[in-house]
Amino acid sequence: MNSLIKSEQLIQLISAHFKELIREPGVLFWGIAFPILMSLGLGIAFTQKTDVVRNVAVISLKDIGIGIEKIPPPLRDFFDQQCKKINSDEGPGYFEYTITDQKLGNSTFHFWITDWDEAMVRLKRGNLSIIIDELDGRIRFHFDPMNPDAQLTYLQLPALLQGNTVHPDAGTALVEPLTVSGTRYIDFLIPGLIAMGIMMSCLWGISYGIIEKRTKKLLRRMVATPMRKSHFLVAKIAVRMVMNFVESALLFLFAWLVFDISIQGSIPALILIFIAGNFAFAGISIFTSSRTANTEIGNGLINAVVLPMMVLSGIFFSYHNFPDWTIPFIQKLPLTMLADATRSVFIEGAGLTEVAVPISILTAIGLVFFASGLKIFKWH
Amino acid sequence: MSRDNTYGDRMIAEPVIEVRNVFKSFKSVKAVNGVDLGIRRGQFVALLGPNGAGKTTLVEMIEGIQKPDSGEILIMGKKWDGHEDELHRIIGLSLQETRFIEKLTVRETLKLFASFYGRDDRRVDEIMDIVGLVEKSGSYVVNLSGGQRQRLALGISLINEPRILLLDEPTTGLDPNARREIWHILQRLKKEAQTSLILTTHYMEEAEQLCDYIIIIDQGKILKEGTTEQLLGDDSAGKTVEFTLVESPDDVTNTVFTVGKQVDWDQENKKGTIIFNRVEDELPKFLSHLNNQNLRIKNLECRRRTLDDLFITMTGRRLNE
Repeated sequence: MNSLIKSEQLIQLISAHFKELIREPGVLFWGIAFPILMSLGLGIAFTQKTDVVRNVAVISLKDIGIGIEKIPPPLRDFFDQQCKKINSDEGPGYFEYTITDQKLGNSTFHFWITDWDEAMVRLKRGNLSIIIDELDGRIRFHFDPMNPDAQLTYLQLPALLQGNTVHPDAGTALVEPLTVSGTRYIDFLIPGLIAMGIMMSCLWGISYGIIEKRTKKLLRRMVATPMRKSHFLVAKIAVRMVMNFVESALLFLFAWLVFDISIQGSIPALILIFIAGNFAFAGISIFTSSRTANTEIGNGLINAVVLPMMVLSGIFFSYHNFPDWTIPFIQKLPLTMLADATRSVFIEGAGLTEVAVPISILTAIGLVFFASGLKIFKWH
Repeated sequence: MSRDNTYGDRMIAEPVIEVRNVFKSFKSVKAVNGVDLGIRRGQFVALLGPNGAGKTTLVEMIEGIQKPDSGEILIMGKKWDGHEDELHRIIGLSLQETRFIEKLTVRETLKLFASFYGRDDRRVDEIMDIVGLVEKSGSYVVNLSGGQRQRLALGISLINEPRILLLDEPTTGLDPNARREIWHILQRLKKEAQTSLILTTHYMEEAEQLCDYIIIIDQGKILKEGTTEQLLGDDSAGKTVEFTLVESPDDVTNTVFTVGKQVDWDQENKKGTIIFNRVEDELPKFLSHLNNQNLRIKNLECRRRTLDDLFITMTGRRLNE
């Protein structure tokens, strides 16, 4: 009899949490539609090679315009003979040069003859990344060495300005773009988005849900009954896990249909990673929501947990771009572990043995945070 | 669910709730400052006092939600420590302003709470009938009116047929009709004589209408307690007269309050309150006195004393302030 009451209690709690979740249309949008849209947008933006326009400012000898006398002498031949003069209605016009490239997409250079002030304004606005002027008969380049786009433009320019054609297949080198499944950006992105989805959904779903119930005094009302506290938390976590599974499955299905993405490693390993990841973030969520009864503080706490990992854990771009000394630290973040492990199964064909370590660590993280969260948990 | 129904039980002064010398402070505020009380089975008790009097803190300590700094609280002879589960089963309560899950229906919310007590759908139907929410059973909580929400909260507190019901300001913020609906539900419950009730309120009518014992509480202390008759009986013949003058005299106390007992004078509104022990004798004297002073009356009301008047004489403040 007693166990019957308890299981009925658990069923009712799960059903209440589930109904609360699915009756909020925003939840469905942010949980399901948003990740899919994000993968679509980023996938298209970074998978298809499109034509690039590179704007370059050339400091005029006199005033703004495209008269030949305004161009520094070392550049005159190139502009005069190889570039197209484009007269624009609004501005003074510019010179155009296009490198055609079937494999990587065309690059078009726009050279604006302008003064230093104007060039700086446009640089600050981000619509050009490199400025050229002349010093003692030599060409001088000004650009931010930390800006990869400026660097790429700089690498192409000297050859171009000396009248040499720049082509990827020039000379002895050949270029072969990799577009097979598993090596594209979208293959990198989808496992990351799945990992991020688990984190976001746990933190916003579990943590925020608990904090809100505490604010509304519902939590203290519920524990003033014979309700088992563990049932309340188990129900909340179980509902989230199921939702996370649906969200991840839909995202994968979408990526499979649209981008032909595939899982190259072991499916059981992937399922275990998924469960361990959910467990880790459910634990972190309980810990995050253990004390505060203020939704604004809750908001801040959740963001403080979520944002650093979003930026550092290599969801959108590899974290190997961060300074070397930060990498060991980044690799220990739960989201990094989850994303790397998921990725290794998706694109590196990893099996259970390869991901056993992250699975155990994620489970341990979940246990530690869950236990310490419960210890300080404020029900009233 | 067996429960002895012998009416005689009610007569025995079997204390259901005992509060002994309880203190509770928050930082520098003494919320409850040495309170003793005992409540018998079937008794309906009001804790009447203004906002911030310490009513909620006291009730939440009885509910086991807060712990007293010192003193002792016994429910059916048992302390909270170690008996939580047992006591949760016999207590029903409604907190001040609980907001339930917005997108659950009335029925789903009741079902959820019923499952905590192991009660089935039959009890859910009964409750919806008792609190008059049958027609709203399929509505989301978020779409209920204030009164309906309070009735839902009351319904939840009754699911387990509690022996002890603790209601914290069940009608605050409700319009008179919604308030009266809650009162009807509680009056029916009182007739069954099975449940003891503690209700906090700052509405004196609510205390008088529903409860046979009233405890007036202010600044964490019990000021006075007893039945309405006992509380107002000290000067039972006394009548309160409220009057408004057209113009205010220069020296109010000497020109106006020569007869009766002055309680209050509001200079701005030119409004006074005065108590007459023998109204038949003193009121004509008062009127002729005003006439002699050439003071015109705009309005004058004579009524029996109320708990609010009692509170004003004790504290100089109104209950609703």
